[in-house]
Amino acid sequence: MKDRNWTRREFLRKASLAALAGSSLPLLSSCTKEEVEDFLQKRFVEMTPEEKTRVIAKLEKRYEQRYGKKFQISTQEAPPDTVWGYGLELSRCIGCRRCVYACVKENNNSRHDPQLQWIRVLRLKRGNLINLEDSEHFYDPDLVPEPGFLYLPVQCQQCENPPCVKVCPVHATWKEPDGIVVVDYNWCIGCRYCIAACPYKGRVFNWADPNIPKEEVNPAVHYLGNRPRMKCAVDKCTFCIQRVRQGRYPACVEACPTGTRKFGNLLDPNSEIRYIIDRKRVFRLKEDLNTESKFYYFFES
Amino acid sequence: MERRVCGLTFVLLLVGFFASAAHGVVEEVAPPPMTEGLFPCSNCHASMETNRTKRELKEEHTDIKLHHAETMRWCLDCHDAKNRDKLRLYNNELIDFKESYRLCGECHGNLYKSWRVGIHGKRTGSFAGAGKRTYYLCASCHDPHAPKFKSLKPEPPPDRPRGKPL
Repeated sequence: MKDRNWTRREFLRKASLAALAGSSLPLLSSCTKEEVEDFLQKRFVEMTPEEKTRVIAKLEKRYEQRYGKKFQISTQEAPPDTVWGYGLELSRCIGCRRCVYACVKENNNSRHDPQLQWIRVLRLKRGNLINLEDSEHFYDPDLVPEPGFLYLPVQCQQCENPPCVKVCPVHATWKEPDGIVVVDYNWCIGCRYCIAACPYKGRVFNWADPNIPKEEVNPAVHYLGNRPRMKCAVDKCTFCIQRVRQGRYPACVEACPTGTRKFGNLLDPNSEIRYIIDRKRVFRLKEDLNTESKFYYFFES
Repeated sequence: MERRVCGLTFVLLLVGFFASAAHGVVEEVAPPPMTEGLFPCSNCHASMETNRTKRELKEEHTDIKLHHAETMRWCLDCHDAKNRDKLRLYNNELIDFKESYRLCGECHGNLYKSWRVGIHGKRTGSFAGAGKRTYYLCASCHDPHAPKFKSLKPEPPPDRPRGKPL
């Protein structure tokens, strides 16, 4: 009796494995070896160091073929005792969009078809700050700032309690120990639940393979940040993870001509961002949603 | 040309000390890129008689249009009359052009304080670690003779979403 039972179980196991292999083999055999490898690649957080090295080498080779540049793909981990925070002074922003284009360039975003930008500069009537519904981000005057308007740049707010992470059905997006919400572009299935869940419109979708001019491609990249993405991946601002983990200011901070943008470690009591939070009147967007964003807006005086 | 000489569009390059001692003293300042042939100012001014009358400058420095509390101010409130290569503080201390922020700070104390800790103004490069950091001075962004920030042409707006109009 016992023996028979075991045999049946064994039979079922073998049969189901064979069926699975049979159904998936034609699927995989129609792909190139490279595509199969990509398909079977693990989630980034589950990879062993050897697997990471192999994947990085593969990607570097692929990017060099495509863009003609030697890429440096970093997998640098979050530094200890660090939670990044961002400060933005609304009284100084003039709405010139220099940050938007510096970001696109630094982060290898698709320039057109689709045009993907991680920063959206909202223009609001002065005195109407709380009414984001009345904002406009297609404004195009000859000169900025325009009298009577206020500019409010919005990008990923790197929430401590990120709604986008909660809705991801495959755990392709998560919050790193230094507070940056990242996406494993290879693991992302493109369902765009996270885009729907984000109350800040902080995420964009690669509707097609990105269009990046070869001469403008930035070869200093991070695996979870600005490496060139592929079709059907969601991406977003990472506070320039490739820069800030090396102690450098994000690209938008460096591009701002008015010094509106501030950045630092929230856990370091001597950092610029802590000085702002301690002494200025700061607020965060949509605090009522309990996202606990780490993007602080403030007015200097 | 002159404006560039006096405008001090220069950048302070510091290696690491400002952030570690946010309230400390500036130790190392890169010299301002003065326009060749114009600095030192004393080349011309040493042989000239000092004229303290407020007037329209018709021969030299014609590009300078003073829009900086101009009803109450004139050149020699900031530039030293005897030594034209220096700026003058309230207490008659003479300072180099590369230290012009100290002069700005005499009136704009609150902004000066914010600038010293990196809240007002701009910093680029590294905020931590051994990397080089660049601190912009008052005069890097504001023309001392007309300090109001100039309007800019904005970068193009994003593409509007495509699709059939409703």
